[in-house]
Amino acid sequence: MSANNKSVYIANKPIYIAGLGLISAIGNDVAKNLHALENGQAGMQALQHLDTVHRSAFPVAEVKASNEELATLTGLTDDDGRPPVNISRTALLSLVAAKEALESSGLQIRGGTSRSQRRQLRLGLVSANTVGGMDKTEHFFRHFLNDPQKGRLSEVIHHECGSITEWVADQLGIHEYITTINTACSSSANALAFAARLIRHGYLDAVVAGGTDSLTKFTLNGFNTLMILDREYCTPFDEDRKGLNLGEGAGYVVLVSEQIAATLQSTPFCRLSGYCNRNDAYHQTASSPDGRGSYLAMLGALESSGLQPSDIDYINLHGTGTTNNDLAEGLAIQRLFDPKYPPLSSTKSFTGHTLGASGGIEAVFSALSVQKDIIYPNLRFQTPMKELSFTPETSLVKDKPVKHVLSNSFGFGGNCSSLIFSKP
Amino acid sequence: MKIYIRSIGNISPDPTMPPTGNRLTAAEPDYTAFIDPKSIRRMSRIVKMGVAAAYQCLRAANLSQPDAIVTGTAYGCLEDTGIFLSQLIRQQEDMLSPTSFIQSTHNTVGAQIALMLQCTGYNNTFVHRGFSFESALLDGMMLLREGAAQSVLVGGLDEITADSHTILERFGLYKHGAIAGEGATFFLLTSEPSGKDYAVLDDLATFYKPATTTDMAANIRSFLSGHSLKMEDIDLVLAGAAFKHLCGEYPTASAFALAMAAGMTGPKRILIHNSYLDIHHSLMLVTKC
Repeated sequence: MSANNKSVYIANKPIYIAGLGLISAIGNDVAKNLHALENGQAGMQALQHLDTVHRSAFPVAEVKASNEELATLTGLTDDDGRPPVNISRTALLSLVAAKEALESSGLQIRGGTSRSQRRQLRLGLVSANTVGGMDKTEHFFRHFLNDPQKGRLSEVIHHECGSITEWVADQLGIHEYITTINTACSSSANALAFAARLIRHGYLDAVVAGGTDSLTKFTLNGFNTLMILDREYCTPFDEDRKGLNLGEGAGYVVLVSEQIAATLQSTPFCRLSGYCNRNDAYHQTASSPDGRGSYLAMLGALESSGLQPSDIDYINLHGTGTTNNDLAEGLAIQRLFDPKYPPLSSTKSFTGHTLGASGGIEAVFSALSVQKDIIYPNLRFQTPMKELSFTPETSLVKDKPVKHVLSNSFGFGGNCSSLIFSKP
Repeated sequence: MKIYIRSIGNISPDPTMPPTGNRLTAAEPDYTAFIDPKSIRRMSRIVKMGVAAAYQCLRAANLSQPDAIVTGTAYGCLEDTGIFLSQLIRQQEDMLSPTSFIQSTHNTVGAQIALMLQCTGYNNTFVHRGFSFESALLDGMMLLREGAAQSVLVGGLDEITADSHTILERFGLYKHGAIAGEGATFFLLTSEPSGKDYAVLDDLATFYKPATTTDMAANIRSFLSGHSLKMEDIDLVLAGAAFKHLCGEYPTASAFALAMAAGMTGPKRILIHNSYLDIHHSLMLVTKC
């Protein structure tokens, strides 16, 4: 953030979404993800790339590419002309999606525009992840545990969450403002909200915002100890739901001010019209029985966008598929929306729960929903939950206008965040 | 709008104690003064330090609950992360205990504070290396300027563990005289004066890798000129050399520096310049009340 750059906060300053980038188990780019969503193709399968003893126990939504393939996808080469295969998978996923987002926005930060224009664009990167370069740290630690002088240090250079963001920022040539958020599974929703506020305060003109996480033994075993992993494909908001499937990926949007949006050739996908962050203050990992944090976050997001519950045309649920989350989230929605519910679905039934990436990935899905008037199905739903008076959408809807989408992201530590996406 | 530093809670190395080798260890308080004994047993060291420093800060302001809680930590909960990782490897992913996993997430401290205070307001955690505290501080300042909060609890904290120290030593971080440090420092920022405030936090700016992108001297001049100030208007410049022998080097040491500046008697206008590994530079301008 430049010196001499004092805050002038404008509360209602419109925030446009000018670019989208995505990689998940259902596709390596936005178009492939959309195709899978439209065709009901879930991304779960038996593990291919992560080396774990639980390989056959739990289905996971792995990105269908090895680290070598991801490194090639980044388009980068090192001094010897090789792609960066030894970089953390979290960083590789992040770069692939952030680069797609930036390219699709039409913003030019390297080449293409004049030097003075580049200097004028104050571009930031606000990214989220929950375990940084843990995929590499796990390997390092095996050797380190036997002898503290062993283990290759190159495997822990990206252990810190922030170093993943920095590597990506360096590759994209972003240096004006860089930060990283980790509020567990709500991380990247908070990244979008924080990024929007940086623009509203006049600190930045454009921000690449979202999140990334790769599958690791650390998280797979962690969620396994909590006994919330489904041994079958997850069934969010179903009475017989048994837990979540872990996933991985990265999702980014490019947020721009009105002034920048006006200079771009293409129409923005949508606006980020509302956001709210609240805390459940109930338990480190469990949601409160009535989902008070979720309720407060949704309510606050509606207030910040100036909308009523009846204005919402689709809710992209947090919907992990665990007993606890879906009940708390469902009751909070019931309290806020009853008796008239918009269509709602959990796209985690396609992508699995991608943790720090989920808010970013679902932001991209929400933006596409608004732009294309499309509502995604909640796969594998069979039996309504007995506590709830609504059921999720089970088929693709393409014949209704979608003006406003509410997207929920809730996490460990009671962190609850909701975002609203609206037609430009 | 002015932003006031109403109160401070700080757990840092004891300035009267010399470092042990190349390491300064935080002097931990009697936690029973802040946390109930049942909870203390469940908490890792960094969580206890963070929660206690937050309580110190709120008690000093005589406030039961802030409107928002924002923390910054580069490393998060290293101890619990290390325990879970070691178990996972030694036990070959079998029969693991969830406790250390649950408390390994970086937002654990912010979450525990919210839980103990029953604070359902805004809650965020920044985890960006040498910008972790600065990002949290900026978030807090923005919340006040937005009118989204009248009081924000902002903290910066990091711990050293045996493993992290060994690894950072191997990276050569302490080769040239730097001493490893740690600490937890919280501030209550408010948008209204109380008459008993430590200082006004005038501004904050961060610069990523300025050596390759900008010129830090010019950045400082420009930062000051934004407040119609020149270098000679500053009574004291607090750079790393002036405080890192007290708190040691760690990614959120700038939180310690801000507490030190705010607590000083004598100089009225203080400029803090922190550099973390020459990658993350930050400037904070403080005017004493």
